[in-house]
Amino acid sequence: MSELPLSATADAALQAAPATKARGYWATVGRRIRRDKVSMACALVLLLIFLSAILAPWLGLEDPYKGSMIRRLRHIGTPGYPLGTDELGRDMLARLIYGGRLSLVIGILPVILAFGIGTSLGLIAGYVGGKLNTAIMRTIDVFYAFPSVLLAIAISGALGAGILNSIVSLTVVFVPQITRVAESVTTGVRNMDFVEAARASGAGPFTIMRVHILGNVLGAIFVYATSLISVSMILAAGLSFLGLGTKPPEPEWGLMLNTLRTAIYVNPWVAALPGAMIFAVSICFNLLSDGLRSAMDIRN
Amino acid sequence: MLAYIARRIVYVVPIVISVALVCFLLVHITPGDPLVAVLPADASQELAAQLRTAYGFDRPLPVQFGLWLLRALHGDLGNSIATGRPVLAEVMRAVGNTVTLAIAAAIIGFTMGILLGLIAGYFRETWIDKVATSFAIAGVSVPHYWLGMLLVIVFSVQLNWLPAVGAGPSGSNSWAWDWAHLKYLVLPAITTSVIPMGIVTRTVRALTGDILSQDFVEALRAKGLHERGVFRHVIKNAAPTALAVMGLQLGYMLGGSILIETVFSWPGSGFLLNSAIFQRDLPLLQGTILILALFFVFLNLLVDIAQAAIDPRIKRG
Repeated sequence: MSELPLSATADAALQAAPATKARGYWATVGRRIRRDKVSMACALVLLLIFLSAILAPWLGLEDPYKGSMIRRLRHIGTPGYPLGTDELGRDMLARLIYGGRLSLVIGILPVILAFGIGTSLGLIAGYVGGKLNTAIMRTIDVFYAFPSVLLAIAISGALGAGILNSIVSLTVVFVPQITRVAESVTTGVRNMDFVEAARASGAGPFTIMRVHILGNVLGAIFVYATSLISVSMILAAGLSFLGLGTKPPEPEWGLMLNTLRTAIYVNPWVAALPGAMIFAVSICFNLLSDGLRSAMDIRN
Repeated sequence: MLAYIARRIVYVVPIVISVALVCFLLVHITPGDPLVAVLPADASQELAAQLRTAYGFDRPLPVQFGLWLLRALHGDLGNSIATGRPVLAEVMRAVGNTVTLAIAAAIIGFTMGILLGLIAGYFRETWIDKVATSFAIAGVSVPHYWLGMLLVIVFSVQLNWLPAVGAGPSGSNSWAWDWAHLKYLVLPAITTSVIPMGIVTRTVRALTGDILSQDFVEALRAKGLHERGVFRHVIKNAAPTALAVMGLQLGYMLGGSILIETVFSWPGSGFLLNSAIFQRDLPLLQGTILILALFFVFLNLLVDIAQAAIDPRIKRG
């Protein structure tokens, strides 16, 4: 699934940009990233985590909600419970794998939403320019006056706990960042000759933005958005960790880390497991995003 | 230079007003009546109406905002619902602890970041670079609240070297720079320092690499300047950008400390924010966020001015 957005964007770019040049570019990027061992290893790890989360009900795991008072906080390696049990005696392996479902959705969805909203806003601000640009970009500046963690907590805290509120607050955090990048790359492209040529041949502003500009800026915005997934995963789990996201007994990595906090004196390594999952996903997305960035930088 | 500072300060005014507006509106995006938070559960209709007038909730929003802003300018951010004490005093007391934590973390994170970044940039594409870069990526990818838990597990639970929570021995009400207090600071400060460490490393590494590949460095070396001298040029050229990044990071540490302060029960602004959220203490929530955001805005202002002061390339006209 981690490969999916990449190929989808590549397809969009193929349709949008002049055919011969675009195919050459994206094919080169694809070849370069496939040769990068670190990126491929990260893609593989992410693929495994995504697949196991999607296929969780068919993996023959224990019931992630069923606890037992007599087998609480078993150690890692207990027969029948390879990763131990949590503070309510629920199987950790099952909860970690099922936990991926919610954790990945609440971590990645805000970036996808912000990618859509931010790209549209930035494209319009950058292409139309003038007063509209000023209005959009100055509004964006206000959100930059808050450290992103504080903004996420403020909105989440005011809206109250809940998965939807956590997704909304993180989307609000990332929209300004993506809008700024989208606006700056669009401004760089809008005065180029091929845009002028399209306008001269009678293309309307909407067509120019969709066909001529989007294809040329989407790659850069997309790479930037992928670099935000890591932060988003950490913040989304962090909101749950504070009690502002998912509610018990739902398996979710941040919430699991929170409820297991009191267990660090009894069984510390089981308590630390959910954080390891967040870390693994976050570092893999970071490395993959770095790999994608350098693969797209053909000049080197 | 003075004109630049004046212009930069004028630009801050609309930002400050907008930030205040966002903080004001926070209370109004909360589900339900903001009055519920201050109303006893068994309040009568008359009492509700009375309080509504007393708090001004019956007036139009823009009027409410104007009055609120006017009071805020006089330092009156209302009273905490939970404790009844003025919000401003509560926040300022907590901010002191957050500043202590942020400064300790900045000393660790920035020193490590600058050293690792310089080394990585200088030995680019060698194994030294790879090790330093791995540190940096791990630093920005680690969920810091989890790292805090790991440090507590190792150093408090297993080794019993350092305390797990709090900001001083029991009975101590204020911070002091002695070992009895400092040992409470070690783990939270290390935890807070990993993100700035990672980001500063990446920035300084990129800057060092870029500067070393420029023609003037070649010229310096051709003229026979020793490597230490070359290094001094690198540092001078990298300083303005690195300083800007570090200023921003300091702001993030001050404003984004809630997760770490919660893990370590560090009695700072983040901890206060956490209790404000869960006690639905809306004036306290609003006030804490406003003060932290204003800190961030003014820190950014200072960084911009400092950057312009030390970097002649920035246009001041």
